[in-house]
Amino acid sequence: MAKKGKHSIAIYQSWCKRCGICAAFCPAQVLAQDEAGNPYLKDPDQCTGCQLCQLRCPDFAINVKSPRKKEDKELGKNGEKVEEGTNA
Amino acid sequence: MIEDRPLIYKYLRHDKKFPHVWCGGCGIGILLGSLIRAIDHLGYTKDEVVLVSGIGCSGRLPVYVDFNTLHTTHGRALTFATGVKLAKPELKVIIIMGDGDATAIGGNHFIHAARRNLDLTAIIVNNNIYGMTGGQYSPTTPYGQRATTAVYGSVEHSFNIAQLAVCAGAVFAARGTVYHVRQLDGLIEKALLKNGFSVVEVISQCHTHYGRLNKLGNQIDMMKQQRDSAVPVEKARKMSPEEMEGKFEIGILVDREAPNYLEQYNKVRQKAKNALSLQLTKEEKEESERREALDKQ
Repeated sequence: MAKKGKHSIAIYQSWCKRCGICAAFCPAQVLAQDEAGNPYLKDPDQCTGCQLCQLRCPDFAINVKSPRKKEDKELGKNGEKVEEGTNA
Repeated sequence: MIEDRPLIYKYLRHDKKFPHVWCGGCGIGILLGSLIRAIDHLGYTKDEVVLVSGIGCSGRLPVYVDFNTLHTTHGRALTFATGVKLAKPELKVIIIMGDGDATAIGGNHFIHAARRNLDLTAIIVNNNIYGMTGGQYSPTTPYGQRATTAVYGSVEHSFNIAQLAVCAGAVFAARGTVYHVRQLDGLIEKALLKNGFSVVEVISQCHTHYGRLNKLGNQIDMMKQQRDSAVPVEKARKMSPEEMEGKFEIGILVDREAPNYLEQYNKVRQKAKNALSLQLTKEEKEESERREALDKQ
């Protein structure tokens, strides 16, 4: 499993129905809901890339992108931002 | 964006129909995700999958996918699917039904499809109530639980859908929940691979009606209840009926081999042909061969 803090989480607000499942069942408490119920990234560094929010989202409104292993190596030790690419 | 969400772009009609019609937090959306992941993992093409549904909240599901789809009358999804499979045996036919659709209106079709053992995969979404029509009690509403047509609690005892499938003769019967989503992916995959009538019962939540009427809380509370009351099959076998009170088993209930209907039917056709060919005239034989060639095309 990839290290913490390198996963990018995208929330598609136009499809989100603010049910709160992603925030309620996040094992690392990365996600939370604001006053209107919209999910936001409270603590993105804690993300372990388990993708449970993505799998349990009934509305396909959240996506977790983990760096590929190859890119991981190229990144080196300082953990720069990962370039956009396919995540097959 | 397309690179990030390949499955959604590949299998869902993302540009037309989304966001979908189900209530926020409904488990059917989670099941839809599970289904497309299983199909993608098995590598079926979109053209070889047929998704058949009946009526109800789950009946809306084929609208959102880019497979061959068929939205049929109430309770009759299995009968239409039987026709599709017999006409085109090379297609992968998946049936999505609700608990009322499968066990009340289509109850007889369900048990006979299981008995017949045609190679179909039935996915039954069990939310314990008729959600779309306003919360009437269904055959899976537990004893004593409320519905809009059972305001003092249901006096009927409920069906156990996966067990019903086992008893009716399904070769594969499993139960999953939308909370245990990774397990659900695997169960659907195994059901799709099985040669014969396979059933996956998916425990889902209807917080809009069932949860509200029975004071079970919102979608999150109901998913927590799924987590707390689900017991793996192996563990459930060791537990007493008293311990299993209010709980249900998840996992594969049965996985067995039985003769497939299509194989049996082809044997009958062959026998009949052999018997007939003794009596046929030359013209009739030519006609029969011509038809067979057409069938093969």
